[in-house]
Amino acid sequence: MQYLLLIYGAEGEWDSRSEDEREAIYQEFYALSNDLREQGKLVSANELQPTATATTVAVRDGETTVTDGPFTETKETLGGYYLIEAESLDEALEWAARIPSAREGAIEVRPVVMRHAEVA
Amino acid sequence: MQDAFATALERWPRDGAPRNPGAWILSAARNRAIDVIRRRQTLERKTELLAALEQVTPEEDEVDDVDETTIPDERLSLIFACCHPSLALEARLALTLRTLGGLTTEEIARAFLVPEATVAQRLVRAKRKIRDARIPFRVPPDHLLPERLASVLRVVYLIFNEGYGPPARQELCSEAIRLAAVLAVLMPDEPEVHGLHALLLLQDSRRAARIGADGELVLLAKQDRSRWDAEEIAAGKRALERALPLRRPGPYQLQAAIAGLHSEPETDWVEIALLYARLRELDPSPVVALNAAVAVAMADGPERGLELVEEARGLDGYHLWHAARADLLRRLGRDAEAAAAYKRAAELAPRPVERRFLERRLQEVRGAAT
Repeated sequence: MQYLLLIYGAEGEWDSRSEDEREAIYQEFYALSNDLREQGKLVSANELQPTATATTVAVRDGETTVTDGPFTETKETLGGYYLIEAESLDEALEWAARIPSAREGAIEVRPVVMRHAEVA
Repeated sequence: MQDAFATALERWPRDGAPRNPGAWILSAARNRAIDVIRRRQTLERKTELLAALEQVTPEEDEVDDVDETTIPDERLSLIFACCHPSLALEARLALTLRTLGGLTTEEIARAFLVPEATVAQRLVRAKRKIRDARIPFRVPPDHLLPERLASVLRVVYLIFNEGYGPPARQELCSEAIRLAAVLAVLMPDEPEVHGLHALLLLQDSRRAARIGADGELVLLAKQDRSRWDAEEIAAGKRALERALPLRRPGPYQLQAAIAGLHSEPETDWVEIALLYARLRELDPSPVVALNAAVAVAMADGPERGLELVEEARGLDGYHLWHAARADLLRRLGRDAEAAAAYKRAAELAPRPVERRFLERRLQEVRGAAT
């Protein structure tokens, strides 16, 4: 079963870190991704560009509106994601807790709707 | 794994279990267990299950209503699933009462004073989440067990607390005690489980004496002890004795020990104060600090107690903090200040029966002051 781990954090946080701190955090991410990959559990993972690069699109009554910025204006913003395979919610939660951003921000864990043969 | 859960949800009977331990393993249960054992792959698993079947024979007086048609393994898994931290607290309470307690939706609604539809919705959502997010149906692995067990114990404690009131809803208290007893049988090596079981029994033992004939609250010191349930006190002490040899103290064990001391003919306040000091180390919350201060006041005198009460921060909105202060001021003869504190306490009291009690104290102190 797949889970999407949505990584939320305050953008200013990252900017205020030193080069060394950022490098250390990246190493943690690499280690996590490696462990997932080795166990055949990594489906996809990406860091997203900052919310300043975001655009929101909505279509109402055939009319398309395009606005600058993310969908929700909150202090904690979506910074990246992991899409993983896991046996149960507990397993997904354990992986999520290893994401460095969990220490300052939070990780939302969402099960993915499995329509095809996947469900055990 | 999910269909075992679904089966348990459907088949969970509540009434009619015989009290004698021998009936724990009826032929149906044994056959079913044998089937399960046959289906298991590994030898270790078979040995484990057979041992579990043999071991789980509840003592007659401890376990009331144990469902004998389900092997212990499954029942424990069910409890942990119902109390999973990813479920909202109200959902955990409702689900535990429905699936493990066999309470109807209507009974749960009445107990928590919410509409039946609300409870029904909570249950549906919770079961859906268990299924859709794949909350595992199992006893958590060792590294997760401490926090998950704490969640289970907390749910059981909250059920009891809700039933304790006032007003008392005895069926909730009995249900909580029953759940604690089942847990004690299923997890005999967890001292906090025995601690909680002991605490609930000891608190419940005083239920007949807590409320006077006029429906008003009676303080511990003034209770008619002949109305305390001696058998329950004895059972509570036995439960605590199961915890002690495991040599891992914890908050529930400490609270049970304190409750046990209160049930003695002579209250050993010095010992109680010491236990509260230990409890404060494990649980530094302001409410514990307050209770500790009250115990110290009894052991060392109201001046020292008042110091400690006033040291406990963040309790300004808590009626019992003001009540404790008021009582100590009264004992020190500072009646005008005591009156002000009783007044504040009465204003903050959440339940009418508590408010009336505090207003009576206020009148007494005003009478003394004039």
